[in-house]
Amino acid sequence: MAVELKAPALREYPVVPALQSDAMKDVVSYVANEKIQEAIGFPGKLDEGWQERAISKMGDLLGKYRSLRVFMDACVHCGACTDKCHYFIGTQDPKNMPVARQDLMRSVYRRYFTTAGKLFPRLVGARDLTRGVLDDWFRYYHQCSECRRCSVFCPYGIDTAEITMAGREILDAVGYGQKYSNEIIGKVHRIGNNLGLPGPALRDTLLGLEEDVKDETGVDVRYPLDEKGADVLLVTPSADFFAEPHVDSLIGYGKVFHAAGISWTLSSYSSEAGNFGMFIGNYEQLRKIAMRIREAALELGVKRIVVGECGHAWRVAYSFWNTLVGIGAGGKDPFAIELQRQLDPRHKQPTHICELTWDLIERGALRFDKDANDHRTITFHDSCNVARGSRMGDAPGGQFEIPRNIIRAVANKFVEMSPEVTRERTFCCGGGGGLLTDELLDLRIKGALPRMESLKQVVDNHGVNFMATICAICKAQFTKVLPYYGFKMSMVGGVHQLVSTAIRLGDSH
Amino acid sequence: MPNIEVNGKTYETDEEGYLVNLGDWNTDVADFIAKVENVDMTDQHWEVVNFLRQYYDEYQIAPAVRVLTKAIGKTLGPEKGNSQYLYELFPYGPAKQACKIAGLPKPTGCV
Repeated sequence: MAVELKAPALREYPVVPALQSDAMKDVVSYVANEKIQEAIGFPGKLDEGWQERAISKMGDLLGKYRSLRVFMDACVHCGACTDKCHYFIGTQDPKNMPVARQDLMRSVYRRYFTTAGKLFPRLVGARDLTRGVLDDWFRYYHQCSECRRCSVFCPYGIDTAEITMAGREILDAVGYGQKYSNEIIGKVHRIGNNLGLPGPALRDTLLGLEEDVKDETGVDVRYPLDEKGADVLLVTPSADFFAEPHVDSLIGYGKVFHAAGISWTLSSYSSEAGNFGMFIGNYEQLRKIAMRIREAALELGVKRIVVGECGHAWRVAYSFWNTLVGIGAGGKDPFAIELQRQLDPRHKQPTHICELTWDLIERGALRFDKDANDHRTITFHDSCNVARGSRMGDAPGGQFEIPRNIIRAVANKFVEMSPEVTRERTFCCGGGGGLLTDELLDLRIKGALPRMESLKQVVDNHGVNFMATICAICKAQFTKVLPYYGFKMSMVGGVHQLVSTAIRLGDSH
Repeated sequence: MPNIEVNGKTYETDEEGYLVNLGDWNTDVADFIAKVENVDMTDQHWEVVNFLRQYYDEYQIAPAVRVLTKAIGKTLGPEKGNSQYLYELFPYGPAKQACKIAGLPKPTGCV
């Protein structure tokens, strides 16, 4: 890196920061090139006539998503959202206030889709969609992680994430896409996962894990790939195969299946739980990516689909898979109906790996040496898409309780961060929603500020040395930014990493 | 596309300085990229870079961090077979920085 990046100072009290206009004007995502764009069916570049196409796409979206129109109309500029965004808090750029981010689109909406804005644009804050406005869209719709924290505080429930998604969808439709997300989507279509990890590499990696676990525990724990007739298909973020600390959770999932005697498999065709189609707000991409999971499930004949530790994947799985591809009731095409017949109705479809593990714990099917985690004092970071976009278990708030229950079952020392910044009020890690890319590192460091402040409190007051989370993006983001705040990168890890440390293998049956 | 010039020859790189054409790589290019990255190449660095290239040749992807640490542990000794050692060699992260110097594409996704 040419410029040395620095973290902002931690604040003793979370006061509203002073404004710094255009503070983040120069922190811009790379634009996808023609090859990346065209590989996934988007126009290659911003061509003449883009303005009409953008307005027409906006009209489409307003017709298709009633929510978008309501969000455009309903805001009364009360200001409740202004200081709730981690990017605004960390960057002080007023355009990172949720209301300002919405107004980037709202002003254009008024100009082209409301009578007052068509006739008297200046009186109602309506603006033409100029190239400058479009550039601001690209800039600031890629400084929002779609975490939805602001919507918790909005009296009208306006969801900035949906506006960001619509903004990105329009940008893609005029050939102005983001390199990071669109390159990854292309890799999923081509190879089956975000990393571009081909089947043979995946097999080699999994065999290596079997060796490692055998060396560490003396037990033959398997990490099966493409095994027809297995009961469970596990789909997990491909980072679990590749990166640290992610892989330690994958090792943990395997140990849980082993200890419980559940037959399971991974799929080389569908080796990705993540679905960046949601980040770019594009239904067709979302569906096409999710479709690989249905195809793999039909091909392998599994009875149950389990999702690993990935935040936005769980939102897609829990909230959209049923009508999107027929995993869970709702899909009506013949393959969706066939899959619904194939899957075992006694299980939740899909099941989160935390639901599976907690259910086994409750039934007494797993045993732990909790002392094995005694070197850790643990806190839990709620990941935004799990916290605010999904649920787990049978009771409201299960997505908060179940991961915590697991941690308490496998470790002795657990400490909560402040209730102001956990559960549905959790702060984003700073790298979600398609922003986990190196050119946005300055934004990612600054966006992590509020979480780092709450972490610092429990580190100072309770000696916390491990922050558990159930999202691959959170893990990668914290690994990168923790050192900027004076913490060790190894402080972050997965819930199933803790499970892996404490689980007893082979003696529960 | 930005380019780099090494020994009078021009090589195409992407916005972040990764080589666009894998075939362009040679040890002089690697040395040049390492210098830009402020990495002082030693035998240990070359051990990692060469392993990355071999693995890529076979699997068309860089090795997972665990695969890499295991291989390095075998050749350089078990006390070096961990990611902390790799971070000492490549401070910006072994996966991305070492791949860049080895002329391989950047690993993408949630890593």
